[in-house]
Amino acid sequence: MTQQSSGFFNWINARLPIVNTYERHLSKHPVPKKVNFWYMFGALASVVLIIQIVSGIWLMFGYENTEEGAFASIEYIMRDIEYGWVIRYMHTTGASMFFAVVYLHMFRGLLYGSYHKPRELVWVFGMTIYLVMMAEGFLGYVLPYGQMSYWGAQVIISLFGAIPYIGESLEIWVRGDYYISGATISRFFALHVVALPLILIALVFMHLVALHEVGAGNPEGVDIEKYLDEDGVPLDSVPFFPYKVLNALVAIGIFGIVFSIIMFFFPEGGGYMLELANFEEANPLSTPEHIAPVWYYSPYYAMLRAVPDKLGGLVVMGAAIAILFVVPWLDRSKAASIRYKGILSKIAMTVFIVSWLMLAWLGTVPVTALRTNLSIIGTIIYFAFFLLMPIYTSIEKTKPVPDRL
Amino acid sequence: MEEKITTRRKVLIGMTSAVGAVGASLAVVPFIASWNPSAKAKAVGGPVKVDVSKMQIGQKIQVSWRKQPVFVIRHSKEALEGLSQVESKLDDPSSLKIDEPYRDVNPTRSTSTEYTVIAGVCTHLGCAPKYYPEMESQPWDESWVGGFFCPCHGSMFDIVGRVFKGVPAPTNLKVPPHYFDGSILTIGEERGTA
Repeated sequence: MTQQSSGFFNWINARLPIVNTYERHLSKHPVPKKVNFWYMFGALASVVLIIQIVSGIWLMFGYENTEEGAFASIEYIMRDIEYGWVIRYMHTTGASMFFAVVYLHMFRGLLYGSYHKPRELVWVFGMTIYLVMMAEGFLGYVLPYGQMSYWGAQVIISLFGAIPYIGESLEIWVRGDYYISGATISRFFALHVVALPLILIALVFMHLVALHEVGAGNPEGVDIEKYLDEDGVPLDSVPFFPYKVLNALVAIGIFGIVFSIIMFFFPEGGGYMLELANFEEANPLSTPEHIAPVWYYSPYYAMLRAVPDKLGGLVVMGAAIAILFVVPWLDRSKAASIRYKGILSKIAMTVFIVSWLMLAWLGTVPVTALRTNLSIIGTIIYFAFFLLMPIYTSIEKTKPVPDRL
Repeated sequence: MEEKITTRRKVLIGMTSAVGAVGASLAVVPFIASWNPSAKAKAVGGPVKVDVSKMQIGQKIQVSWRKQPVFVIRHSKEALEGLSQVESKLDDPSSLKIDEPYRDVNPTRSTSTEYTVIAGVCTHLGCAPKYYPEMESQPWDESWVGGFFCPCHGSMFDIVGRVFKGVPAPTNLKVPPHYFDGSILTIGEERGTA
C-alpha cells in the first residue's frame, strides 16, 4: 500500500481493498507481451454485456409483458418513446454482436489451444456462459411476441416434447398453458431480465477469476510461467497498464464504430438479426412461409433439421453443444497453438470452419433434398472434428514449441 | 467420553441434515407447481362450431380451437380412392402408433365420409403444416400427390394427415374430438358429451 495521498481514501482502502484489487486484476496484471487482435474479443464481450444490461433496463421502462400488450409495447418503444428506437436497436444489435464476439473469442480458443492445461476450467466456464447466452437470447427473442417469436418458441419448446414419457407434460409446464400465451411471456420475461443475467454475471466473474489465477495464453502457445523474475512475474509478460491498455482501447473504439454502423444503418441485418416476419404480431394459427432462427443459432438448427427423427434431432443438437465442453480433454497435442501443430490439425481446422459456415447458411434457408444432404455432411464433419481430435492430435508430428515468447 | 461426544455429534448432524433435506425438497414444490397452467388457462378452451357446407371440393379451411389451428378438408371421391396408393410412402397408414379416436370408421379418419378434421400442429415441433393439394412435382418431393408439407423441418403428410416415412415428424397428425350435425361441425367434444 503505497498510497499516502488522502486520509479519506486511506481510511476506505484499509477497509476495502480497492487499490489491491485494481492492481492485481487490472493495472499490474501481467499479460503476455506478444498477443494479436484475436485476444481482444474477451474484453469486447464484457463491453457488450454492459451495453446489454443498460439498454435492457431502459427497454423495460416501456415493455409490457402480456399477450395483448407485448407486441404493441415494442411499437410504442420504437415510435412513441423518445430515442426508444435507438435503445431497442442497441439491444438487438448488441445480441448479435455478443454472439459475434463470443464466436470469435471461442474460435481464438480453438486456434491457439487456450483450453490447454492449466486453462481447462476457464474454457468450461466460458462454454457455460455461451450456453446461458443461448438461452438468454432465445428468451429475449420471444418477448416481442411477433410471428417469429411465437413460431420460434413453438419449435424450441416442442423440443422438450421429444423427451420420452415426460415430454408432453414438460412442454405444457414450460409454457404454463396449452399454447405460447401471456403466461409464457411473463415467465420468459422474468427469466430474461433477472434470473439468467444474474447467472451470466456470476459465470463471467468465475471465468475471469479462473483466468487471472492461471494467466492468459498467447498465440505461440508458450508457457510463460516457466521463466519468472525475482518477484515471481513471468519474464515474457508486461503489466496491463500502461503497455496493453491502449490496445484494448483501440479495439473497443473500432468495435464501437462497427456497432454503431450496424445499429444505425442495418439494424435488421438483412433479416438475419431481426427477422422480417417478426414485424407482424404473433398468429397462433399461421406458421410463416419460412421459419429460420437468427444467424447465431443457425448451425445448430441445421443439425436439428438434418436428422429425420424427433428425439434424434434433439440429441444431436444437444451433443453438438455438449461436446464443446470436453475439448480440453480431446486435444492431445503437445503444442497448444495451431502454429506448431501438425498438418492434420490444420486440415481438420480448415474443414471444420468451412462446414460450420455452411451449416450456418443452411440453417437460414428453406429445406430441399440437396440441402438436407449437405446438412447431414456438415453435421458429420462437425462431430468428426471433435471426436477424431484425440487421434489426429496425437499421431501427427508437431513442431517444437519455443521456450520464450 | 470423547467417543460419546463424537457419536452424539454425528447423530445430531445426521438428524439436522435429514430434516433440512426434507424441508428443502418440500419447499421446491410451490416453485415447480406454480409453472403449471393456471386455473384460468385450464378453463379456456370450449368447443367451436363451424358450418362446412359451403366448402369447395378439395378446399381446406382452418378453425381455431384452444388457440391452435384445426384443419378441415373436403375431399373429392377420387382423392379418397387414391388414398391407398400413397400408403407405401407412409410410416403408419393405419394410425397404430397414436391414440386414433375414430379408427377404421372412414378413410377420412373423421366421423364423416367426406371431410377430414385434423389438428394443424406438426407432430415434430409444432409448426402448422401447409396444404399443397396439387398433384405435381414439388421442391421437396418430385412425385408429390398432394398433402401437407411442414415448412419448418420438411415433414410430409398425405391429404388426411398421415405421416410419410423418413421425415422428422414421428406420428400422424392428431384427430381432435368432433362430431357432425348435418353440415355443422363441432370441434372439441364428442357427440352427446355436452
